[in-house]
Amino acid sequence: MQNQTAHPAKIAARNVQVYYGDTHAIKDVNVDIEANTVTAFIGPSGCGKSTFLRCINRMNDTIDVCRVEGDIRIDGEDIYDRKVDPVQLRAKVGMVFQKPNPFPKSIYDNVAYGPRIHGLARNKAELDDIVEKALRRGAIWNEVKDRLHAPGTGLSGGQQQRLCIARAVATEPEVLLMDEPCSALDPIATAQVEELIDELRQSYSVVIVTHSMQQAARVSQKTAFFHLGNLVEFGETDKIFTAPEDPRTESYITGRIG
Amino acid sequence: MTDLTSSGASLLVQDAHTKKRNCAEARFKAYGLAAIAFGLLMLVILLTSIISRGTGAFQQTYVTLEVPLLEAKLDKKGNRNLADIKKVSTFGYAPLMKAAFEEKVAAAGIETSLKSKQMAALLSKDAAATLRNFVLRDIEVIGTTVKFEFLTNSRVDGYLKGRVTRASIANDKNINAAQLDLVDALIADGSLRKRFNLDFIIGADASDQRPEAAGMGVAMIGSFFMMLVVLALALPIGVAASIYLEEFAPKNWITDIIEVNISNLAAVPSIVFGILGLAVFINYMHLPNSAPLVGGLVLTLMTLPTIIISTRASLKSVPPSIRDAALGVGASKMQSVFHHVLPLAAPGILTGTIIGLAQALGETAPLLLIGMVGFIASNPPDGITSGLMDPNSAMPAQIYEWAKRADPAFYERAWGGIIILLVFLITMNAIAVLLRRRFERRW
Amino acid sequence: MQDQHIASAFDRDLESIQAQIMKMGGLVEDAIRLGAQSLDTRDEELAEKVRAGDRAIDGLEELINDQAARLIALRAPAAIDLRLVLSVIKISANLERIGDYAKNMAKRTGVLSQMPPVNDSAGSIRRMARTVEAMLKDALDAYIQRDADLALDIIARDEELDQMYNALFREFLTFMMEDPRNITACMHLHFIAKNVERMGDHVTSIAEQVVYLVTGVAPADARPKADKTSVVSKA
Repeated sequence: MQNQTAHPAKIAARNVQVYYGDTHAIKDVNVDIEANTVTAFIGPSGCGKSTFLRCINRMNDTIDVCRVEGDIRIDGEDIYDRKVDPVQLRAKVGMVFQKPNPFPKSIYDNVAYGPRIHGLARNKAELDDIVEKALRRGAIWNEVKDRLHAPGTGLSGGQQQRLCIARAVATEPEVLLMDEPCSALDPIATAQVEELIDELRQSYSVVIVTHSMQQAARVSQKTAFFHLGNLVEFGETDKIFTAPEDPRTESYITGRIG
Repeated sequence: MTDLTSSGASLLVQDAHTKKRNCAEARFKAYGLAAIAFGLLMLVILLTSIISRGTGAFQQTYVTLEVPLLEAKLDKKGNRNLADIKKVSTFGYAPLMKAAFEEKVAAAGIETSLKSKQMAALLSKDAAATLRNFVLRDIEVIGTTVKFEFLTNSRVDGYLKGRVTRASIANDKNINAAQLDLVDALIADGSLRKRFNLDFIIGADASDQRPEAAGMGVAMIGSFFMMLVVLALALPIGVAASIYLEEFAPKNWITDIIEVNISNLAAVPSIVFGILGLAVFINYMHLPNSAPLVGGLVLTLMTLPTIIISTRASLKSVPPSIRDAALGVGASKMQSVFHHVLPLAAPGILTGTIIGLAQALGETAPLLLIGMVGFIASNPPDGITSGLMDPNSAMPAQIYEWAKRADPAFYERAWGGIIILLVFLITMNAIAVLLRRRFERRW
Repeated sequence: MQDQHIASAFDRDLESIQAQIMKMGGLVEDAIRLGAQSLDTRDEELAEKVRAGDRAIDGLEELINDQAARLIALRAPAAIDLRLVLSVIKISANLERIGDYAKNMAKRTGVLSQMPPVNDSAGSIRRMARTVEAMLKDALDAYIQRDADLALDIIARDEELDQMYNALFREFLTFMMEDPRNITACMHLHFIAKNVERMGDHVTSIAEQVVYLVTGVAPADARPKADKTSVVSKA
């Protein structure tokens, strides 16, 4: 009882099922994501971790054949309620994708786009403030402050991904979803982004999907292991990597199953 | 280790299989080159024949005469009243020109057996009207002597261009040997010459009897107004339809049928659109016959499938990661399309539109049916409404019309018109390529 | 080479585990010193304290092992980081054994204080303990400063300790032959001296770990073994 009041769940998922047409992709997932924590989803390819991640900001709505059942609540509110507008949800739940995808606009416009369409700034000075804050949060301010009007696509891969992170935090979200954010980056850029994620958890709840177990071990405090659409084990990261409870988890982590 | 030949063959020696394959590839390359060479050869032949036959139309023969503008003939009352001066028709100017011609011949010391009427016959039938317009524009010149360049008639023009020879005039009643002698003498004198003829490009069409005065200008304006209509209608409708089909339409069988039909429409013969235009726009809606507005509407229908197809291709080429990124930041579907997808697809859309317009520019068949052909429009339209509603012709139709007429001078003009049309088409395509190069983004 | 990892948490973990080693080293140094002092001054209360303090040392070894396991599992350290974690595990084991010997020393104090003192052997043992303590302090300094030369020096000094043990061994034999009543006390004292000599060997082992950490290879020369007591002497 005491545990629950000490760590209220930011995102609570209960009995979540996801169907792609007739395929039952996500089976009966129950998980609590805590606030100000980095939670990692690991598992072999096709186990459903990205699918489940995309349920949290309703990006699966864009796929016609996808059907989501069950309960996903953020701060207690059901996000699949009919009254919820996915557009508003996505301002609260930001997303960073696998391949860095800055808009082909200037760096400033990339970051300013979200606040503009959500009306977060009343005038140019406020917008400048928001952009600077976001770029600082994305650990890229010092590298781009002199060329805010250069195109975003002219940056290196790691810088582009940090720009995308800055873009995601510009709308002041509470949750950050990251779908394999480092898989297209070289090791140095990966380390920089991981260090950034560690800083971000002070202000946001981060959920990161990764196919690299070592990355999950380095970056997260809690880890969830998915296998064939089921959530097999969920717990503290150091416990999962030193003494996991489920034999399937152990097999995956030690490299005994694919 | 005795099998060195089969399994350990040297890389420095080509085996039979590789040799055969290389030969086949070389042959294929040769076929490709031959095909290209053939295509280029045809192109060269086409261009050569067009240019050699058409450039003649850009030059016209003029004779320079000094015409005394006698007040007695032009402004009898002497009070420079424009209304009165206008009452003097071209018949009144003819004697002045005859006199000027006689003057010229006498002054140049040319001996000829021709009478002044026959001499004046060397001038174009249009010449008097040209002089009259000149005077009406500036009535102060009445009473002075002006040095004026007159258009000669098409036989003289043909003589200088080689169409008309002394042998071919045997049965021609419009010109005789003595007149040709006079022409030679005037050339020697320097008052008769061929020069660049701007009127061919900007002037109006002329009747059968005056091929030398025929020009493309009004037909160009007709084409221009039609293109305006096409641009104003086909672009928004096409782009909007495309955006809906690509982004918003549900993926069911109705959408599939629509898409199939649009692709088929692009292959429909253009004359069918002409019949449609005749039936709907002219007979049913009673829009004015031969108007560029109707022509524009028909061409819009024709160009719409092209624009829709090229817009869809451009929209499809925008990577889905951009849409995902926009949605992820919290944009609605509409915002992601208009703020991100459309600007990125714009170069492709523009290119497709320009190419569609270029195709529409060269269409003749539908225009035949709605009557935009064979019409001699002598005056350029006054404004936008008259430009759209007044009967007019279009460039390809004009070319067709000239090619139909008997006089070889018109034939030459048809080739010249083709050159002008080609210049337009090449320019438009070049703009399309430039725009695409300039705006293409790499991500 | 840059000092800091891009992931600052990794640096924090490494610093933490090294801090634990230094703390454990400090506790062990105290145990040696106080144990020898209690023996010399026949202070039973101090001996009791030393015995109780061994629990903290054991607890630290367990903690360090857990932390090291976590570091390996979560960070997959490589190169110098890997050698650091491996050396930490071994050093903590060595320190724990030294602590046990110190506890043993304190335990025997209780027995020896009942018997009359044998010459100045307790003082000699105290001197030996001081040498060992200095060696341990130097070994830990060498560790924290990554000083391979100092570590090699410590390995050489073990010989001195061995000589001191040899001398004490002969002395005890003499005492026991002189007066059979000394035998019990001398036996205890001998075990204590042996334990101090073993402490020196463990300190040498720590120094070897430092050389491995810094250079990547264990020291080439076999450590000087001057303990000739098990060898049959000619004279």
